[in-house]
Amino acid sequence: MSEATIEFRVAVREAIDEEMARDERVVFFGEDVATAGGVFAVSPGLEEKYGRERIFDTPISELAISAGAFGAAVTGLRPIFEIMFADFLPLAMDSLINQAAKYWYVSNEQGSVPLVVRSAMGAGGNFGAMHSQSPIPWLQGIPGLKVVAPATASDAKALLKQSIRDENPVAFLEHKRLYSVKDPIGSEETLPLGKAAVVREGTDVTLASISKGVRDCLRAADELAERGVDAEVVDLRSLRPVDVATVLSSVAKTNRVIAVEEGPMVGGWAANLVGMVAAEGLQELDDAWIIACPETPIPYSPTLEDAYMPAEGRIVHQVSERLGLAAEIATGV
Amino acid sequence: MSQKSETKAPPVAPLDAEEARELYRRMRLIRGFEDAVQSQFQKGNVHGTTHLYSGQEASGVGVCSLLRDGDKVAGTYRGHGHALALGVSAQGLMDELLGRATGLCGGRAGSMNVVDLERGLIGCFGIVGGSIGAATGAALSAKLLGTGAVAVAFFGDGTSNQAYFHECLNWAQVEKLPVVFVCENNLYMEFTPIEDVTAGAIGSRPMAMGIHTQQVDGNDLWKVREGAAEAIEHARSGAGPAFLETLTYRFVGHSRSDPGKYRKPGELDEWRKRDPLLVARTGLEERYGIEAERCDEIDAEVAAELERIVEQGLAAPFPDPAEDGKEFKDE
Repeated sequence: MSEATIEFRVAVREAIDEEMARDERVVFFGEDVATAGGVFAVSPGLEEKYGRERIFDTPISELAISAGAFGAAVTGLRPIFEIMFADFLPLAMDSLINQAAKYWYVSNEQGSVPLVVRSAMGAGGNFGAMHSQSPIPWLQGIPGLKVVAPATASDAKALLKQSIRDENPVAFLEHKRLYSVKDPIGSEETLPLGKAAVVREGTDVTLASISKGVRDCLRAADELAERGVDAEVVDLRSLRPVDVATVLSSVAKTNRVIAVEEGPMVGGWAANLVGMVAAEGLQELDDAWIIACPETPIPYSPTLEDAYMPAEGRIVHQVSERLGLAAEIATGV
Repeated sequence: MSQKSETKAPPVAPLDAEEARELYRRMRLIRGFEDAVQSQFQKGNVHGTTHLYSGQEASGVGVCSLLRDGDKVAGTYRGHGHALALGVSAQGLMDELLGRATGLCGGRAGSMNVVDLERGLIGCFGIVGGSIGAATGAALSAKLLGTGAVAVAFFGDGTSNQAYFHECLNWAQVEKLPVVFVCENNLYMEFTPIEDVTAGAIGSRPMAMGIHTQQVDGNDLWKVREGAAEAIEHARSGAGPAFLETLTYRFVGHSRSDPGKYRKPGELDEWRKRDPLLVARTGLEERYGIEAERCDEIDAEVAAELERIVEQGLAAPFPDPAEDGKEFKDE
């Protein structure tokens, strides 16, 4: 008997739908999200259900959209807004960084900003340099902004529902290559933000990633198992707050950590994570490294983009090579 | 140019003498407050930088005098005047600038980022244009929640070249949001004459979008009130945003380090003859028979009040780093 599944884009839609039904202060707007149903077909049907008062199309004005959400969130609404491609987030950043993220603290806790910015990120679709980035590091360093990126359809639904209920601004990043995946329907109504999950247990090495990278790590772990390496996979789920404790617990067992990031290593979240793990758990570490992307913009041509991605093959290759080397040293060969 | 609307100007709610005196007192409070800030800055008690509102008092006080409870205001980094015009506590604001725990934001905000939600001040924004975005969002809430409130964005002439300005004016007009955009045109964007960096008249931009647009003498409290009454009524009626350009002049530099060398010769003296406080005094006398001596008394009362405020602020405790707040609001 096959397990009931849900498509990632439908999971996102259901989360928005259920939260709009649950709380009439929740509104949703963005470019082409209402009548057209979104360029990734996430939101068809919602306009008909909730009406133009609560879900509506905006001009191509990312800054106005972002600031409008901020102003609405401090005056009683709970807006969700979509920035079509995460590459367009820089246009919205003044309001996100300087208004939404700072408000709770700088206002001396007079008011918080319960907004969610949803955005489609990630490479692998030959969209070129300006429609393929994963801007997590741009967002991770902003105090007051939560950063969430689900790896599965069921996590997407539960994490988005919690993001909408959260009293703080949340950047919710959906990898473009995941919209059409189907996963088993989850049992949790919501999942807490800022908590990682061990999604595969293992004893030899910890693979830590987020979003699509988790699925790459899981496939790599299957291949590694055939080579006799028992990998544990940690899905970080959020990168602010980032759950270093779960990674440290895993490392205490495996003594090795590899962070897998779709993006450049310099200034990336993976280097930051490995740094924090080393700072707190150096005595547990035999090895730690990062699998990331070249320090170039993301190329278009399939051969170039394929080589750019930190795909499962690279993970398998690097782990095998590095553990093999370690074994030789350990045995004095 | 006084442009151009189908909306008929509603009669401005007439002020009685007492109310008119109170508006003068508030303008005087702003001027005195800014002088005190400058003085405390020079003594090292106010930190960082400041952007004073001196000379622009009639604009903020005139507009805010027509707002109701529940209306929202977004100010700028030159926001002390916007806050005081709205009735924010002068003590709380001074304590904030002095970096004290008793400040409006516990000393976390400082001069440029003050918030007083209880008073409807959703924020002062340190980045040019931020107030426009915030007020547009507040107007979105007012419309969708049906509160009947309007939102007011104060901003300067230089903001007319920002993305916030163009994006939000367009969106607000498309959505018919109840927001009043108050452009305080003091002729200079920071150190540069606005006409050197701006194509066409500022007011032509909202007009091109079909937004109800007016331009008024921003140094004349009564002229500002007439314009603001029309603009606020237009926005509150559901007809969409209104744009009010108040022509004014700041008597001090852009920020605390600016001596204003870019001013044209004699320009400051000419504007000082039209000091909004003098214009208001003349209005009080002509309209209500309130004589100069009574205004002098108000000036003296405000000066004494500010002296007490500064004294109390300087005696207030600084915030304790050990008790500093957290990044996120708990669930």
